[in-house]
Amino acid sequence: MITFLANARIIDPESLTEREGNVILDGRLIAAIGSAQAPKHARVIDCGGMALAPGIVDLGVKVGEPGDRHKESFRSAGLAAAAGGVTTIIARPDTNPAIDTPEVLEFVTRRAEAASPVRILHMAALTKGRAGREMTEIGFLLDAGAVAFTDADHVTTDTKVLSRALTYARSLGALVIGHPQDPGLSAGAAVTNGKFASLRGLPGVHPMAERMGFDRDMALVEMTGARYHADQITTARALPALERAKANGLDVTAGISIHHLTLNELDVGDYRTFFKLTPPLRAEEDRLAMVDAVASGLIDIICSMHTPQDEESKRLPFEEAASGAVALETFLPAAMRLYHAGHLTLPQLFRAMALNPARRLGLPQGRMAEGAPADLVLFDPDAPFLLDRATLRSKSRNTPFDGQRMEGKVLATFVGGAQVFGERD
Amino acid sequence: MTFRARHLLGIEHLAPDEIRAVLDLADRYVDLNRRTVKQSDVLAGMTQINMFFENSTRTQASFELAGKRLGADVMNMSVAQSSVKKGETLIDTAMTLNAMHPDLLVVRHGASGAVNLLASKVNCAVLNAGDGRHEHPTQALLDALTIRRAKGRIQRLTVAICGDIAHSRVARSNLILLGKMENRIRLIAPPTLMPPGVQDFGCELYDDMKKGLEGADVVMMLRLQKERMDGGFIPSEREYYHRFGLDAEKLAYAKEDAIVMHPGPMNRGVEIDGTLADDINRSVIQDQVEMGVAVRMACMDLLARNLRAERGAKLAGVMV
Repeated sequence: MITFLANARIIDPESLTEREGNVILDGRLIAAIGSAQAPKHARVIDCGGMALAPGIVDLGVKVGEPGDRHKESFRSAGLAAAAGGVTTIIARPDTNPAIDTPEVLEFVTRRAEAASPVRILHMAALTKGRAGREMTEIGFLLDAGAVAFTDADHVTTDTKVLSRALTYARSLGALVIGHPQDPGLSAGAAVTNGKFASLRGLPGVHPMAERMGFDRDMALVEMTGARYHADQITTARALPALERAKANGLDVTAGISIHHLTLNELDVGDYRTFFKLTPPLRAEEDRLAMVDAVASGLIDIICSMHTPQDEESKRLPFEEAASGAVALETFLPAAMRLYHAGHLTLPQLFRAMALNPARRLGLPQGRMAEGAPADLVLFDPDAPFLLDRATLRSKSRNTPFDGQRMEGKVLATFVGGAQVFGERD
Repeated sequence: MTFRARHLLGIEHLAPDEIRAVLDLADRYVDLNRRTVKQSDVLAGMTQINMFFENSTRTQASFELAGKRLGADVMNMSVAQSSVKKGETLIDTAMTLNAMHPDLLVVRHGASGAVNLLASKVNCAVLNAGDGRHEHPTQALLDALTIRRAKGRIQRLTVAICGDIAHSRVARSNLILLGKMENRIRLIAPPTLMPPGVQDFGCELYDDMKKGLEGADVVMMLRLQKERMDGGFIPSEREYYHRFGLDAEKLAYAKEDAIVMHPGPMNRGVEIDGTLADDINRSVIQDQVEMGVAVRMACMDLLARNLRAERGAKLAGVMV
């Protein structure tokens, strides 16, 4: 099947450019980009000058399978992703049980393939049960399709265990994703230290805990030569360390969640638990420093850190409430805030949301190029709307953007050349 | 009437004229409480429920007495007897009680913000009797009343707050209130017991008690929780007493007529010298307890007036 996308504002994150033009999808791939004419028998879609970009590759999505299917299933996550322009979900292994054996990995792979309209790839745990004591069968898990290894927000405190896991992973070329946070300093924290935390009487963590965790991991990466990605760097204090690590030639990248780029600690207001995240939201100065770091490319990847939580686990006093927010459907509109504020261009955004994560994982997605997979999102970056969380497709609706004015609407999503979201003529 | 609040969740949301309204009314209740017949009927027919998720003798007794003197039907619920132990959530407990149509709900809870959460789910007036490390508004109001009666004013005073400030809701409410009333506030504590970011509150910080007390009009001591004494935050009880315990020698650095306050219960010989605490010329600790009942009567009276006005307006079909 051939699709002709006419009259689009084509976003190319590789060259960091945008231009008007047409795109031809042939089968599962992008066949041509530019001023080509519509081939015979093609399905023609007039994009009306709307933005057409590579679909989002979302590194670090929590789906509730296995264990918490009432919070999110592969089906509901896939539908939410399609509606949000996310064409590849990289699922986290912090499930119950953890995805730490080839058998569990095969199970979730099968379930995801049957249920989801978008691509779902899986990460596996680095240590068994994410307990930080014994490494998982990294080789078998790689063979079974694991794209990266992470214990998510569980920090391995035993550096001997971690150094061995990193060494072993390096020998197989596996990517290890760490959560840079000193576990001692951050124990029991619900917010970031500062005036706001003290005013609300909430236990906070000093931003230095992130740099301490990152510094430790960098020492181990230098020691073992492992490929490493920091899931979220959210404080300005950690940036010089990241810059140094890259300059020293370590195989290191870093990510940040869209929430840490668009919200700050004050948004918690009067104990609004939908704003409770891991790590906690930061000061405005930190947020701005992070936006700059994404623009410069120091921070490589923006992810959603989609973490579905049911009402019961959020309707509690702030300290006791579960942390995390859903974001698959609000990822793109939230990112448009950075675009409309003039902080980031659309190509810069899609470099961080599509190209870089795909590259880091060795995937062919994320590119606006002939021969690349036809995973695309067509969206109107300016369309305004009022977000009503009741309309979300996720089974859990713990979004911090409820009731807020947003701009940016997904019009159509294509995965492997097939339209999985949007109106059809 | 200048008091507009629907709930009393913290000092943060009160305006200075609302604070003054509470203190003025409380002054009148002090007089009532000193009579032999202490009865009033301003809360007659109303139901007050005291929900204490954290154990408390003094505050609960104070609220109970305040409600009874105003003629309310008062019920005490303590966590030990409640279904919270059976796994019921805070919100379910609140909804259950709400269905019984209480008019005033007095709540103490160990988690910061728990009382705010509860207040959003019920349609009666909620009084915060202390939530985690967040606020304890009636304590700050009774402290303000005590100061105003002892010093003749509640502005342009130098107030030293000393002790475990990091974990103290009393300190938080007090420094907000005293700041709103334009006082000079000094916080004295070992750095491990000073909350982060507190320098942005417009207070002066000291870790030397003698320097911090210099020229103070009011010395407010805080209770040091037993579980924080050994090694975690301070090296030992005796080192703490040596450096931060209030005794006659350290108090000599404050103004000659400085008053000594403590929210109770006191650890004699840990944060305050026993003789000093009992010195009727310096210590107003017993006055604080007396003012507590009057201030709580004033708060409940004012909240009940707003509640009646709101319900009356609803009955008349008027939008408020």
